[in-house]
Amino acid sequence: MNALRLTGIQIRYVNKAFWRNPASAFFTFVFPLMFLVIFTSLLGHFTIHVGSKTINTSTYYVASMSTFAAISACFNNLAIGIAFQREEGVLKRVNGTPLPAAAYLGARVLHAVLISVVLVAITAVFGHLTYQATLPTGLPLLQFIVMVLVGSAAFCALGLALSGAIPNADAAAPVVNAVALPVEFLSGIFIAFGNDTPSWILWIARVFPVRHFALGMQSAFLGTPFSWTDVLIVAAWGIGGMLLAVRYFHWDPRKS
Amino acid sequence: MSDNSPAVRVRGLVKSYGGVQAVRGIDLDIHPGEIFALLGPNGAGKTTTVEILEGYRRRDGGEVTVFGFDPGRERAKMLPRVGIVLQQTGVDRYLTVTETATMYASYYPKPRSPAEVVDLVGLTEKRNSRVTTLSGGQLRRLDMAVALVGDPDLLFLDEPTTGFDPSARRDAWEVVKNLASLGKTVLLTTHYMDEAQYLADRVAVIAAGRIVAEGTPDTLGNRDHARAHIRYRVPDGTRPPDELAGTADASGFTVVTSADPVRDLHRLTGWALDNEVELDGLEVTRPSLEDVYLSLTEDAQEVKA
Repeated sequence: MNALRLTGIQIRYVNKAFWRNPASAFFTFVFPLMFLVIFTSLLGHFTIHVGSKTINTSTYYVASMSTFAAISACFNNLAIGIAFQREEGVLKRVNGTPLPAAAYLGARVLHAVLISVVLVAITAVFGHLTYQATLPTGLPLLQFIVMVLVGSAAFCALGLALSGAIPNADAAAPVVNAVALPVEFLSGIFIAFGNDTPSWILWIARVFPVRHFALGMQSAFLGTPFSWTDVLIVAAWGIGGMLLAVRYFHWDPRKS
Repeated sequence: MSDNSPAVRVRGLVKSYGGVQAVRGIDLDIHPGEIFALLGPNGAGKTTTVEILEGYRRRDGGEVTVFGFDPGRERAKMLPRVGIVLQQTGVDRYLTVTETATMYASYYPKPRSPAEVVDLVGLTEKRNSRVTTLSGGQLRRLDMAVALVGDPDLLFLDEPTTGFDPSARRDAWEVVKNLASLGKTVLLTTHYMDEAQYLADRVAVIAAGRIVAEGTPDTLGNRDHARAHIRYRVPDGTRPPDELAGTADASGFTVVTSADPVRDLHRLTGWALDNEVELDGLEVTRPSLEDVYLSLTEDAQEVKA
């Protein structure tokens, strides 16, 4: 298949450019580990109750920072990167060549998923070595891999959808953070939910995909029950994101 | 498709933006191997027309084909055969010159060698430099390299030498001339009349969404039949013959507008020889392409207003 061959070639260039951009490499790779260290230093000596289990907060943070890392690598990076490339006219130029749109965007998405998988693996190993988090094996490992892949792809689609709503490159990071950070807070990524968490927050967490992604990740590390419903809800958000991206994605810096 | 069918064919093209007509019925035929220049002031509809041909914009009405393909509906079939240099575009800033050319080459069915194209635009010394380190002129040349690497039959050049120094412009012109000698077709838009004069086989002037004149650079607007200006200066106190007295300009030269410069010059120089008068700085000029262009676009602005 020609489109697949082109996608493969394109991924190599996306990867080269990614590693040569110090800001994107730094934020993507260092942020999650830095947050993991900060949060566990501040709050890591507590225990929390998840379902009937009592869990060290440090283990909880290994799971939630893995989620955070995957969302950053896919949603944040893609939305911001595409907004910059649109403003610089890179997208418009690519759109004037025979490269199919699917090959170009497919390469961006696959690269982001790849970075996400590497990041999650680094975070998990770092958490295992530093905070004695148990690494999943057997069936939980398979479920974990499915969750990481589905979640990464879904957040890529949502990132592409959001990029269509970003007016210019200057607005990219603020818009993305304004969307991602509140939902991440309201999904218990940075601060775990307790018995006294207000029900409106629980409802928001139930609606948006971040909490469901995080629950899927937690089951691998915390041994909590894995639910395919979480995977399905995240996938549904991904499909919704894809439809929005198809409708609102644009190549030209000027809206036309 | 027969050999003499045009590379680009446009009939009755119209396009509006929010009720304002930007293009009001344009017809064009551009033939294979031809360098065709589209001239016109900003906002005249040049870029809109070119971007419709490139398939970036949708037309409201009229017929457009590029190598027989409709850029609106059959863009994927058209794109392998065209190269596009837009007014403002970018390339990934973290790749090198050669990597950029190689990446774009991978998109085309029968690309040229990336190294050869980089050499052609004069970036060989910069081939291993990242895009971030290139100057404005070098970036523009990289734009050209990327447009050429697919070995296109038709090249769209939207103001390709803006920001070039004079020698870089000459080099770019030679690249374009060479393409035409290989049978490639070029559609050029430009603000520089010397560029159109030097490069174009044919030019069209577009103003207020319409083509107001079309021809070779030498005959545009009947330039070859236009009245000539005879300009000279005589010493103080001398009076030339009345029919050649013309009007005096600011620097003391006499300017005569002549419909028959051969006869008038003969009369003037005969008078000067008979009377032993020096004709200081004598010259005969036709309106330049720029003069014709300015008068054509001014007329169109008045009609519009």
